[in-house]
Amino acid sequence: MATLVQNELNADVMMKPERPANGSAVIQVQDVHKSYDLGETKVHALRGVDMKIEPGEFVAIMGSSGSGKSTFMNILGCLDKPTSGKYILEGTDVSSLDKKQLAAIRNRKLGFVFQGFNLLSRTTALENVELPTLYAQTEKSMRQARSKEVLELVGLGDRMGHFPSQLSGGQQQRVAIARALVNKPAILLADEPTGNLDSRTSVEIMQIFQDLNDSGLTIVLVTHEPDIAQFAKRTVVFRDGKIRHDDPVSNHPRAAEVLKSMPTVDED
Amino acid sequence: MDFIAILRIAIRALTRNKMRSLLTMLGIVIGVGAVIATVGLGQGAQEQVQRQIASMGTDLLFISSGSVNKGGVRLGGGATKTLIYDDMKAIVQQVPTAALAAPSSGASGLIVADNQNWSTRITGTEPQYFDIRNWSFDRGVNFTQDDVTRAANVVVLGATVQQNLFGRADSTGKTVRIGNLPFLVVGVLQAKGQSGMGQDQDDGVFVPITTLQKKITGQDWLQNIMVSATSQEASYAAQAQITSLLRDRHRIRPGQDDDFSVRNLADVAQLADESSKVMTLLLASIAGVSLIVGGIGIMNIMLVSVTERTREIGIRIAIGATESDVLRQFLSESVVLSLTGGVMGILFGIAASITITKVLGWSILIAPIAVGAAVVFSMAVGIFFGFYPARKAAMLDPIEALRFE
Repeated sequence: MATLVQNELNADVMMKPERPANGSAVIQVQDVHKSYDLGETKVHALRGVDMKIEPGEFVAIMGSSGSGKSTFMNILGCLDKPTSGKYILEGTDVSSLDKKQLAAIRNRKLGFVFQGFNLLSRTTALENVELPTLYAQTEKSMRQARSKEVLELVGLGDRMGHFPSQLSGGQQQRVAIARALVNKPAILLADEPTGNLDSRTSVEIMQIFQDLNDSGLTIVLVTHEPDIAQFAKRTVVFRDGKIRHDDPVSNHPRAAEVLKSMPTVDED
Repeated sequence: MDFIAILRIAIRALTRNKMRSLLTMLGIVIGVGAVIATVGLGQGAQEQVQRQIASMGTDLLFISSGSVNKGGVRLGGGATKTLIYDDMKAIVQQVPTAALAAPSSGASGLIVADNQNWSTRITGTEPQYFDIRNWSFDRGVNFTQDDVTRAANVVVLGATVQQNLFGRADSTGKTVRIGNLPFLVVGVLQAKGQSGMGQDQDDGVFVPITTLQKKITGQDWLQNIMVSATSQEASYAAQAQITSLLRDRHRIRPGQDDDFSVRNLADVAQLADESSKVMTLLLASIAGVSLIVGGIGIMNIMLVSVTERTREIGIRIAIGATESDVLRQFLSESVVLSLTGGVMGILFGIAASITITKVLGWSILIAPIAVGAAVVFSMAVGIFFGFYPARKAAMLDPIEALRFE
């Protein structure tokens, strides 16, 4: 399976995101605060976060639960709005957009991968992948072609007609990755993508991420497992709603190499 | 998202819970079916009444001798002897909107032909009576004005009488007895069926008015005068003119009651029409209530569905569905439910109508407009009762929805 993934990942299929003319960051977060009103008490989830992510970066966000990393991820994913501060995505100030514009941004500029895969049950892999193209009003012939292309990219060209219940966890997550890629997003946001997977499958998923990153895709990954975070190029640690550490990963391992040293487990 | 994609998703979601969708639809099926059947029933009845009245002629005026107040005792209709043949002549001569007029008085009697006998109504009239009533002859001819002058013993048989006395045999030229008098059968009328009041119009015989008055009843006054107006519109004017003419001729002082009554069949037609319309409306609105109950069923199931699929909604919003995308998705599900139910209801209603027609013999008219209205109405039910659940789905917070187990 690993070799299959490698073979399918050729750079010309992956669309490089269009970079803003001035070559500025894909993501620019300035002094972002987020607080929730829970009746009488106010919960401060984020207390002033500044961050810049350049095109082609692979960032792992870490932190214990309650550190604010999930809230930050929701803001990056345009599912939530900051209470104060600025979030500039590819030169657009996202905090000023209305719901409909945000939906379009989620649809076209962002790709989501979740811990629980979040595929639609009783819907085939191909139809799951097609879903974002439906909301993007893509032409019908383009929809299927593009969906097949990305499914082949993640190595599931032979599983297109399968339902999620007929796929293993790793395969389901790969369908989810294909779905995230189908509209050629600028960033891939992954929230604990390996949380429900065994260690070997986790590394396989990380291999896909590394390959995608190699072809130019910007990736932001949330995880609490340090050995998953090491596959990224940069780790950011959250604590109490603030960034505590922001370090580049020196000589991060290649997932493909790690896989070779791991005992093989038959996936299917 | 385009229309066909939305529709496909809706149909797939509904077929996932086939039994549930079917039961939800049942409310609409029964509601629409009931509306179609009852409206069909009402319209069938309405049409039948109209046809019967049209067969009598809507430009007809019917003058009856009326009630009179004698020393404080009010005698019923037909009790007066003041309506006479000269009144009829005066109407024809002096009322410009009256085209034709014919007297009619009746008695009942036994008709005997060979070894058969039949008790029936004997009407005395003049030849133009059959023109006024638009009644043609099946066999033979009408009696003539000459027969009237001579008080000849000639008779025209109604179809029912012909059937009972002679069967299919030709009766013209044969002799029948009314009381002790022999009568020559000159003609047989075509069958006309039931009147608007359910009376068999063919069960009767017709003789010259003079013959009836002089030889059978011995009365010289008229029970009824039938007048045809020059047109249906003119019938109202004719009614007023005849009333004032007859009051004048009968020397009725202002403020005194008429000793006759003039009924306009256009009025009767309108009345009958109105009452069957009210009936239809009443039945349809009762059936309409079940449509609303069906709609509530749809709303209920859609609310359950939205809760069940919270996570799906969260996923869709996260990957770029707008509020209106989600709204349209759930709205189209409820519309597909109600519209399918509506179409099934129409088939069910038509089937029920056909069964009623066959079993009970009632006439039913399936109006295309009722079918069209049922389709539109069931769609409206789907939109109306589906809107709240769909809005609830569209307003979900994606973060909460994705966390939903």
